[in-house]
Amino acid sequence: MALTKAEMAEKLFDELGLNKREAKEMVEMFFEKIRSSLEEGNQVKLSGFGNFDLREKKQRPGRNPKTGEEIPISARRVVTFRPGQKLKARVEAYAGRE
Amino acid sequence: MTKSDLIEAIAKQQSHLAHRDVELAVKCILEQMSQALASGERIEIRGFGSFSLHYRPPRMGRNPKTGDSVALSGKYVPHFKPGKELRERANRGIQKETPPADPK
Repeated sequence: MALTKAEMAEKLFDELGLNKREAKEMVEMFFEKIRSSLEEGNQVKLSGFGNFDLREKKQRPGRNPKTGEEIPISARRVVTFRPGQKLKARVEAYAGRE
Repeated sequence: MTKSDLIEAIAKQQSHLAHRDVELAVKCILEQMSQALASGERIEIRGFGSFSLHYRPPRMGRNPKTGDSVALSGKYVPHFKPGKELRERANRGIQKETPPADPK
């Protein structure tokens, strides 16, 4: 089981009294604003949760795993997530595995 | 972009909602995400990415001040894997700025 957008919208409906459409739009917009900021090259810092940073990767040699053929992996910009202190502390406390 | 910039950006577009409601909604979403991870649950957002926990096994660490060894227990750390749309859009930024090198 995993947390999804539908459950997030449900919570906004239950707890904040947004109507279903507003709740759905809110969740959609939350992720869209983060995506567009990163697309524009701006990191996103959500205090208490973590930061979405951008890293520039240089071109490096790669290989097609099926054919074994060598193909370069082009230079690219990738998104990384650095959890904040508060989130790290909360997750660290999670001890039970299944 | 910070949390308050994010709230501002959403509020601007959702002008029918009170600013305070947008602020509460953003905080509610983040709290629910933190809570899910803190209870060992994954988060899956299509087109954005997924969050899961990675296990770090116990290891011997050192007190940097005294040099003494200290046993550190195993722990979980949050991990994010960007989804396809986010990967492509983040990368599109750089492609616009620097055209790809000529393949020889």
